[in-house]
Amino acid sequence: MEYVIEMLNIRKEFPGIVANDNITLQVKEGEIHALLGENGAGKSTLMNVLFGLYQPEKGEIRVRGKKVKITDPNVANDLGIGMVHQHFMLVDTLTVTENIILGSEPKKYRLSIDMKKAEEDVRKISEQYGLKVDPAAKISDISVGMQQRVEILKTLYRGADILIFDEPTAVLTPQEIQELIEIMHNLVREGKSIILITHKLKEIMEVADRCTVIRRGRGIKTLNIAETNPNELASLMVGREVSFKTEKEPAKPQDTILSIKDLVVKDARKVDMVRGLNLDVKAGEIVGIAGVDGNGQTELIEAIAGLRPVESGTILLNGKDITDLPPRKVTEAGVGHIPQDRQKFGLVLDYPIGENMVLQTYYKQPFSKRGVLNFKNIYDKAKSLIKEYDVRTPSEFTRARSLSGGNQQKAIIGREVDRSPDLLIAAQPTRGLDVGAIEFIHTKLIEERDKGRAVLLLSFELDEIMNVSDRIAVMYEGQIVAIVKPEDTTEEELGLLMAGSKKQKVGES
Amino acid sequence: MSSNKFINLLVPIISLLLGLIAGAIIMVGFGYNAVEGFKALWNGAFGDIYFIGETVRQITPYIFSGLAVAFAFRTGLFNIGVEGQVIVGWLAAVWVGVAFDLPMIVHLPLAIAAAAIAGAIWGFIPGLLKAKLRVHEVIVTIMLNYTALYIANHLVRNVITDKGDRTESISSSASLKSQWLMEFTQYSTMHMGIILALIAAVFMWFYLEKTTKGFELRAVGFNQHASKYAGMNVEKNIILAMVISGAFGGLAGAMEGLGTFGYMSVQSGFTNIGFDGIAVALLGGNTALGVVLAAGLFGSLKVGALNMPVAGVPTELVDIIVALIIFFVASGYIIRWFLSRMKRRENK
Ligand SMILES: Nc1ncnc2c1ncn2[C@@H]1O[C@H](COP(=O)(O)OP(=O)(O)OP(=O)(O)O)[C@@H](O)[C@H]1O
Ligand SMILES: [Mg+2]
Repeated sequence: MEYVIEMLNIRKEFPGIVANDNITLQVKEGEIHALLGENGAGKSTLMNVLFGLYQPEKGEIRVRGKKVKITDPNVANDLGIGMVHQHFMLVDTLTVTENIILGSEPKKYRLSIDMKKAEEDVRKISEQYGLKVDPAAKISDISVGMQQRVEILKTLYRGADILIFDEPTAVLTPQEIQELIEIMHNLVREGKSIILITHKLKEIMEVADRCTVIRRGRGIKTLNIAETNPNELASLMVGREVSFKTEKEPAKPQDTILSIKDLVVKDARKVDMVRGLNLDVKAGEIVGIAGVDGNGQTELIEAIAGLRPVESGTILLNGKDITDLPPRKVTEAGVGHIPQDRQKFGLVLDYPIGENMVLQTYYKQPFSKRGVLNFKNIYDKAKSLIKEYDVRTPSEFTRARSLSGGNQQKAIIGREVDRSPDLLIAAQPTRGLDVGAIEFIHTKLIEERDKGRAVLLLSFELDEIMNVSDRIAVMYEGQIVAIVKPEDTTEEELGLLMAGSKKQKVGES
Repeated sequence: MSSNKFINLLVPIISLLLGLIAGAIIMVGFGYNAVEGFKALWNGAFGDIYFIGETVRQITPYIFSGLAVAFAFRTGLFNIGVEGQVIVGWLAAVWVGVAFDLPMIVHLPLAIAAAAIAGAIWGFIPGLLKAKLRVHEVIVTIMLNYTALYIANHLVRNVITDKGDRTESISSSASLKSQWLMEFTQYSTMHMGIILALIAAVFMWFYLEKTTKGFELRAVGFNQHASKYAGMNVEKNIILAMVISGAFGGLAGAMEGLGTFGYMSVQSGFTNIGFDGIAVALLGGNTALGVVLAAGLFGSLKVGALNMPVAGVPTELVDIIVALIIFFVASGYIIRWFLSRMKRRENK
């Protein structure tokens, strides 16, 4: 019995689209099997079929050689299949332990929950697999990386030995990614099998044993990682050659567009996160903000966008004071914002994707006149954006919620870039995008720059920062501690600066 | 898409059928003739033009109170305070109707506007508290129901009248009653309010679905973070939603004050028009058209029930049937689940 999981000729349709068209996936016992494909290729759908959330129209699933019908997630649990979803499913107000045992609580005398035993169990599993967590901490108080560990523990607690990870690294910092990779190695050593979805070829090369590539709902090929390379994977998945290094001319910076002086911003807990920050961004340049997550980047961007109050300091746009203006005024002053959290800020998930395309402009002509919406113009606009930005959706009337994660992201980017604002803030714009889409978005950002716009890029991917930025501003403990040019620096040096190394401060100009 | 719409239509119909079947079972169980009972119910609601007039009269305030609940619901708010808004609307309308002597073309609109404004104020308070202080609207609106009831009783007894049990009747220039309609329906209590109710339903549909304001209100109801990001004023929209919802509630009160009764008496308890509005909105899927249809159902059952004793069935039974329908609608997701399960079976 070689395969633990066999999904044979799976077909899954949604209204207007075939998400999985005759896909076959075979996972060997004890391997890490990567699933690679463009945004909307059908990866999440395939995994949801395996986890019993969707029923396939056609095809057969075998677990450990035995044909099974996975009618709901409970059946999947019983078969030892566990899934860590792209968007976490934890109860914020409960503790780590409570979340883990939720739904399969150990009982005392069949009545009350045996919390002692629960905590003991959780501790045991977390030690066994090297998944350090604080069992008594509240979910709302722990980092995203920790929350992910809780999700993993949840599946292990239910006795899963086949684990599905749907884009686990998209939300993690590079440090957390390394830890996760370590955890995955531990899990495999303990005899688990893993299916891993990720868009980062580097990660696949590093951890996976084999990889199945799917494109537009069809299975393309399964390869041994030892016998392939990132270029081959990328072109298999996109169907054409992909260049990883974006070509661009040297920047021609002009007038200062954004000028931030002595900015102080607090977070929700009233702690200073931005502490007297100064930064200028000129027309015709891309400034990348590099830094370890939690050094005030989120607060900085939200303050510029008018989403978070400014304690002190000023933000000037084209010389005009926009400090503490409401978001609408900031937008009208010429700021576009690709938000870090696309589902929280970027989209009204229950609106059709077409209406999401005019989320900031619906009140203007030609989308409305005297307060009455003009749906024809709205959907015409949406249609052209969907085409230009290659948003894969059955139609412009489809709810944003049913788009794949990456396509939601492309829709937001299309909307923001299309307004061609004087200042474009791009916070992790390529999070969750496939390599082809990343290339496209980078080209778009550079095009905006060449049109004379200012671009402020926030990313935790040093690759992206080095590749796209004209200047790199290193952010540490709420301040810009250094400004360097990508051609004059290395990832190692940046890493040191981001960790707060003082020595490098000479590099500041 | 189309199969979803089909299910959306199917679920209330199945709920209704299940409710009626359950009602029949109970009637038979207690030894009554179910066929006769339902026949009497039907005749009591639609038997002749008089009964139809009575039914329409009953439907009118239900449309308004249903719209009030539905409007708030569509913007992410739960307005349990329609009952209180009905009471203050009723009072305001009657007060204007009694206190002034004006030509009808001014008087009637003024009285109606007074009701809408009173209801709007009663909606504004929880809206403001929700927007500024994050106080949950359910708690505030429930409390405001009692406030409305006791304030209205106090005003009727001690301010508008001198220890009377009811106000004077409004002057005819503020009345929604029409001689022609009364004659046409063999002197039922039907009044012109139904036209206003239907206009209100069209207004709600248009405002929510077609205008930029409606776009904002619904967006705020779905996702406040994204709405704020998009430049919408979340607080203002919450308040506006409650104000409009409250105005609908107030207008439901105007229907009673200016149409059905023509006066306001000291209330021993709630009118239930507002509370029934919750069920109407729920049954109508919180859409304008749905509310009109659901109000039609509720009104017909209520009026038809009065005729059921003719077949020997106690009116209380109809309350049970209505309660059963609400029960089945509230648990509509069970039916939905069942339907999707059947569909899945077909697919296999
Ligand atoms: N619940 C749903 N209803 C309708 N269509 C859906 C639904 N879920 C997914 N789809 C569609 O199925 C296709 C595949 O989506 P899926 O989420 O599987 O993509 P993915 O490969 O995971 O992409 P990504 O990398 O962007 O997450 C998409 O075109 C999407 O719009
Ligand atoms: Mg996905």
